[in-house]
Amino acid sequence: MSKSLTLLNLFSRHLNGYGDEGNLLVLRKRAEWRGFTVRIIDFELGDNPALFEDADLIFGGDGHQSSQMALWPEVERIAESLLQRIESGVPALAIGASYQLFGEYLETLEGERLKGAGIFSAHTVLEEQRKTGNIVVLSSNFGEILGYENHSGKTTLHKGQEPLAQVISGFGNNGEDATEGARSGKALGTYLHGPLLPKNPQVADFLIAAALEQRFGEPVELALLPSPWLEQARGVAKSRPR
Amino acid sequence: MPNPMTIVVGRLVQAAAKLRGGGTALPGLVVEKLEPDFAVKLLSELPLGVVLVSGTNGKTTSVKVVTELLQAAGLKVFTNNTGSNFMRGVISSLLRKVSIRGHLDADIAVLELDEAHAVSFVSAIKPRYTLLLNVMRDQMDRFGEISYTAELLTAVACNTTDLVVLNREDALLAAIPYKEKLAAEVRWFGLTDELRSEFTAFVPGQENAAALLASFSGNTAHIKLDDTTCEVPLTLKGIYNAYNATAALALVHAIVPETPVAVLTAALSRVHSPFGRGESVDVNGTSVELILVKNPSGFDLALRSFDANDCATMITISDDYGDGRDVSWLYEVDFGSLEQNGVAMVSGSRAFDMALRLEYNEVALQAAETDLKIGLDRFLATSPQLPHRIFCSYTTMLSLRKLLASQATLEQVI
Repeated sequence: MSKSLTLLNLFSRHLNGYGDEGNLLVLRKRAEWRGFTVRIIDFELGDNPALFEDADLIFGGDGHQSSQMALWPEVERIAESLLQRIESGVPALAIGASYQLFGEYLETLEGERLKGAGIFSAHTVLEEQRKTGNIVVLSSNFGEILGYENHSGKTTLHKGQEPLAQVISGFGNNGEDATEGARSGKALGTYLHGPLLPKNPQVADFLIAAALEQRFGEPVELALLPSPWLEQARGVAKSRPR
Repeated sequence: MPNPMTIVVGRLVQAAAKLRGGGTALPGLVVEKLEPDFAVKLLSELPLGVVLVSGTNGKTTSVKVVTELLQAAGLKVFTNNTGSNFMRGVISSLLRKVSIRGHLDADIAVLELDEAHAVSFVSAIKPRYTLLLNVMRDQMDRFGEISYTAELLTAVACNTTDLVVLNREDALLAAIPYKEKLAAEVRWFGLTDELRSEFTAFVPGQENAAALLASFSGNTAHIKLDDTTCEVPLTLKGIYNAYNATAALALVHAIVPETPVAVLTAALSRVHSPFGRGESVDVNGTSVELILVKNPSGFDLALRSFDANDCATMITISDDYGDGRDVSWLYEVDFGSLEQNGVAMVSGSRAFDMALRLEYNEVALQAAETDLKIGLDRFLATSPQLPHRIFCSYTTMLSLRKLLASQATLEQVI
């Protein structure tokens, strides 16, 4: 019997707006190709936060503004379970709207402040104007990360909060301090679509390795997976105009 | 009636643009400058007014069906070419059809309206009839939010004077909050329970439908119209075209109620797919089919509608504005149907992204080539005995047409 990992897909019905299926597919396939099976739990509005106990990896996708608004009132109910699970060493990846939910608060266009889960010491202010285009960032842990950004939030990291990466070209968190995303331990937050993981498999493998370590209690060496098209796809993504 | 000078100048610019191999934008632009209400004047003189067709997927084919059914009913129909700019495309088509004295010899206009141009158009010209096919997720960065697209279509419906035909299985169209605000009568088209599972994007609607697609097999549709079920063998391929044809039939039947339904269904049987929507061309003895895929729902429908067996497949994806700059959408398409036969070639500026996408679906791929001309030539040289099918994003479809036009005779499309 093969070893199994459990991936929790946070608010999958509301947060699946920008190719997030691709991030899930990459996590599942890269685990399967190494002989692990992956069980995905969809965590929806109103579900019991005790479900987090089963998760070896937490994924939160992006969603359209109108659909993510319904989720903010839920945050308070799940914040503690989510935080506990992440603090116990479970890796997490939060994209776009989920990245904002993982922050301390979101300020809406009307100036209302909605409380977030507080995984990242950061806050986001929504703006009318969307920031869209190809983006390249550099991370000390993951090297160059490539993607496409499309968000109306401007995120500010608070003092002491580590960013995921530095912006080389693109807008990133706020267009001012050249930071993109956030990282707290094994929890990663980012605005990058593309989707993120197919062209940045080093990030996927970090999450999978961390999940396996969490699940089986010891570090796991992941076999290399050669890809015939990856380097060329990354080369093109880097060369396209913003 | 427009100024004859505008028509003369517009025609000259059109002739000059044609010599240069150009499109519809320049003559339209010149005419707009000379006489801003040129199109409004001509279209508002039509005795049966304007029919608009909009929605995320299926507009071009539906316009063709509506046009050919109205022609079968004996009407003279003016229709637009689809171009990069809606109003300029309409003007350009009008320039070709209008007499020098400013008379448009048509009873009715059937126009394909892109959601992006909806509001400015209906504020200039109130359509008499509107057909709204669906509101699906489009290219992810085109409008930002699907609810915004629904709002644009709402504006079109509210500005329609006589009749709005709506898809009752499309949650966003069926839940239209403006229903009470509509001046026009509403008629619905829908699916029977058995067929709903074929359309994963839809949720069952409650409205009473004037037209139903009752069954579809072996390319024969059973369409229920006014409580009578007609059997219609179709030339159009795929169940989603059959569903759009049902909508078109409902609309035309309402416009020309005196025309026997049998006349309309006979015409419906003869409608061919427009180029780029499944029509085949012959290139040196090989049949080549271009299928435009603009968004995840459209790509999914296309993959499910065309059998991948006994066919060589190519996919061309670019990331220009017309394609959608963000290629994330490729991950919302299920490529499982291509697993068995694999893909011979992927091309376009984002060919390698498409290649990587197939890798994660474990679909075998023979080659990837970013240059469309090289990619097309190499693809055509593979398995010459098989029909060739190309799923193409918008700008790659335009480029492929040009490349194929040098090797085959194509229907005039701009």
